[in-house]
Amino acid sequence: MAKRQKVLVLYLKFPSLEAEVISWATFDGTGKKLHMTGDSDTPPYPTGLDALLDGWRLFQASQAIPEQPGEEHRTSYLKHEFFFEKLEEGDF
Amino acid sequence: MPKLLTTEQMAEFASSGCLFFDELIDEQTNKEFLDDIGHTDIDKADSVNDFYKNIKATSSIPRIPAGTPLKEAFPKNSPLDKIFKNEVVEGAITSLVGSNTIVDHQFLHITFPTKYFNQANQRQMSQANHQDSTIDPRSTFDVQLFYFPTEVTKEMGGTRYHPGTHLRIVNEMAIAKYQNILGQKSIVCKPGTIGIFHSGLWHGAGVNFSENIRYMFKVRLQPTEKQELLWDPEKKYQPLPNRALYWTDESKDQTINDILMKPYPWQEADTNRLDKINVVKFWRLLTGHKKMDVDYWLTRIENELY
Repeated sequence: MAKRQKVLVLYLKFPSLEAEVISWATFDGTGKKLHMTGDSDTPPYPTGLDALLDGWRLFQASQAIPEQPGEEHRTSYLKHEFFFEKLEEGDF
Repeated sequence: MPKLLTTEQMAEFASSGCLFFDELIDEQTNKEFLDDIGHTDIDKADSVNDFYKNIKATSSIPRIPAGTPLKEAFPKNSPLDKIFKNEVVEGAITSLVGSNTIVDHQFLHITFPTKYFNQANQRQMSQANHQDSTIDPRSTFDVQLFYFPTEVTKEMGGTRYHPGTHLRIVNEMAIAKYQNILGQKSIVCKPGTIGIFHSGLWHGAGVNFSENIRYMFKVRLQPTEKQELLWDPEKKYQPLPNRALYWTDESKDQTINDILMKPYPWQEADTNRLDKINVVKFWRLLTGHKKMDVDYWLTRIENELY
């Protein structure tokens, strides 16, 4: 049996897994489902914690980086990024 | 006579980064535009490349050198000339980038139906979210005018956009990793609809699952003058006085300040406050009132006594 990785990326409202999901991306290494930009208007989970409760394993979270002096009000990318994975076994 | 934007529309643009004018362009002009680009039934168009090649060879859409004044850009009485002379279009452009705006570039975006991808044995994917051009830290802003000559149904995958993202400074496709963003919208519209985006607004094209070709003609326009009270040449706008915060008076009517402070569902709990600060800074530039504020966001932190 081969193993394939499914990746779920959640962007949360604040840097705690209890926070609500405001943006999300899914990449399915099993090839069962092709995800793409704009394919869903509803988050897969209400919060990051709900993803854990459904068996997703957290493997990376964004760091808190202080704003650059003089650029404190500059806004840019979504800040609170969490990468999860699930491994799936099967004949791929 | 150009019909200038209202202060409410300007505040909406400052807050969301976009404005829409539904079914603005008349049926005859839409037809002329489609005839001009050789719009045809799906069965008569074989390949994406040939379709573009034919349009470029036969349509009246000119090659416009970057920096050309808009007033000199399109052939007289061509469909695009008529569109830009529409009083609402001309008024919106004048209000946002002035009456002497110049063309940065234009492009006819065509989103092809599934059939073409099957024929070419390609995966049919939506366009990822992006901010056009490159990192743009200016206070000056450009606008992008979108013209939809046909109806755009939901299954046609109309332009996806994210209201309120226009003041976030990012590097083009570096936001492609956000597949879905809470509050995302996709254009569904009747023929002749015009959208005007702040050049920083995050967006991308959807997938066309219909049987028909989808068109969107886009022109990016740059100002040649300060974008201050261009919609209000008599300079009537005056900022509103401070109002109570948190322990608020709900009996008061909604004002321009409520439009400016509108929250968006994708904003983080911390950064949405910076988004508000940046809308106030943007409104200061647009109105020329360098000390104006909304809900004390800037006054509070400008009270520096050392």
